[in-house]
Amino acid sequence: MNSLLKNIIRFVLLILVQVYVLDQIHLHKMVTPYLYFIFILWLPFNMNRSMQLLVAFALGFTLDSFRHNPGFHAAACVLIAYVRPFMINLLIPQEGADGNYDEPSIKSMGGLLPYFIYVAVLTLIHNAWLFLLEAWQFGNIWYFLVKTLLSAAISLLLIIITELLFVRKQKFRTNTV
Amino acid sequence: MRNIFLFIRRYANLLFFLLLQGFSIYLIVHYNRYQNAVFSNTTNQLTGKVDEQYSKIKSYFFLRKTNDSLVKENAKLLNLLKADYLIPDSGSIAKMDTVLVDSVKQFRRYSYMPATVISSTVSTQSNYIVLNRGAVQQFKKGMGVVDINNAAVGIITDVSDDYAVVMSLLHKDSHIDGKLLKGGETGTLTWEGDVPNIISIKGISRSSKVVKGDTIITSGNSTTFPKGMMVGYVTEVIPEKSKNNFLIRFKTAADFHSLQYVYVIDNKQQEAINQLLEKAKQQNK
Repeated sequence: MNSLLKNIIRFVLLILVQVYVLDQIHLHKMVTPYLYFIFILWLPFNMNRSMQLLVAFALGFTLDSFRHNPGFHAAACVLIAYVRPFMINLLIPQEGADGNYDEPSIKSMGGLLPYFIYVAVLTLIHNAWLFLLEAWQFGNIWYFLVKTLLSAAISLLLIIITELLFVRKQKFRTNTV
Repeated sequence: MRNIFLFIRRYANLLFFLLLQGFSIYLIVHYNRYQNAVFSNTTNQLTGKVDEQYSKIKSYFFLRKTNDSLVKENAKLLNLLKADYLIPDSGSIAKMDTVLVDSVKQFRRYSYMPATVISSTVSTQSNYIVLNRGAVQQFKKGMGVVDINNAAVGIITDVSDDYAVVMSLLHKDSHIDGKLLKGGETGTLTWEGDVPNIISIKGISRSSKVVKGDTIITSGNSTTFPKGMMVGYVTEVIPEKSKNNFLIRFKTAADFHSLQYVYVIDNKQQEAINQLLEKAKQQNK
């Protein structure tokens, strides 16, 4: 499938799932699971960096529009989109390995551990920045620290489940052909 | 000059990132105040349409519950039917009428308009509820909103043509006056932002005899809610440190998790009162 079309479908589906399924869940009336930013984690390797930032902003802004609180998710999404290329450079096993596959996955990152670190760090950054912005408006830092950790853990669990449920088939690309 | 271009080119991504991040934070700071519940009518209209479709599907799952509350409401209204009361026969007495004011005629002060909830949140610090009716149906900023059992829910903060946004009681900037049904002391309701359905009321002096389970109603001091609308039931009474006040926590009478239908209260005298207030303000200048 065309990469652009695939990403557009992903965008719409993830926003709908986040707004109408996950936002309705309030675990212990405190934690809301977030899954939608997996869209940013799954963006193709070869995408222009400023394009990544713009797409991330659009994703966050769309979700904010549904929640009538502009800015929060847009800020968090832009942040992880900015950090993402650095993480990939750090974790990818060898030079140029990101040219072999389309997008980050267990296979293309060269094993379970690098991919898991990649997902975990970005999830934590996303949640921390999101709740920090809210806390900065509201006070009570301890409450939000606990909220961040719990929320990140739940998001991580959801992402793992999503990875297991929707296996992404990835072709190995070489430039030797 | 060349160096500036080189600099911009080298750090283009960082600059673009900072620009977007700054814009997001500008949005947060600028649009999260009381007056600006909705940042633009266009996004409101768009997301409202999607929300409405979803709400139509969701409402099927609550049909039984809605039915129950409608039956209750019906019973309440039936009890108020004119046919249930007798009017004394006063036609046979002839008297000279000296009263110039028609004391029988009544003026309507509040009217209730029904609306359906199409989206609502409870988990963030600033929770809003979106209703399916707006300026076309005469909804205005500042109107009070109650649920089907007459329990206070919030105040309309913004309207577009077809949708209205309500700031619920579960909002850090929501400051509605409440009153103890038993003692009559009034205080301000504030939400601490952590547990939905639990709100605190401040400014009630220690001399009042508050106990767990007491009822809190709207005070009627403002023009948004009539006096005596249900607000909640006291769950906790804590003496505030170094103050002569109680901090009282209570459970809201309205269940914010399952709001489906609400009534919007229109105060017919709102305009007259506002004009008087304006006049008083100008005189004070």
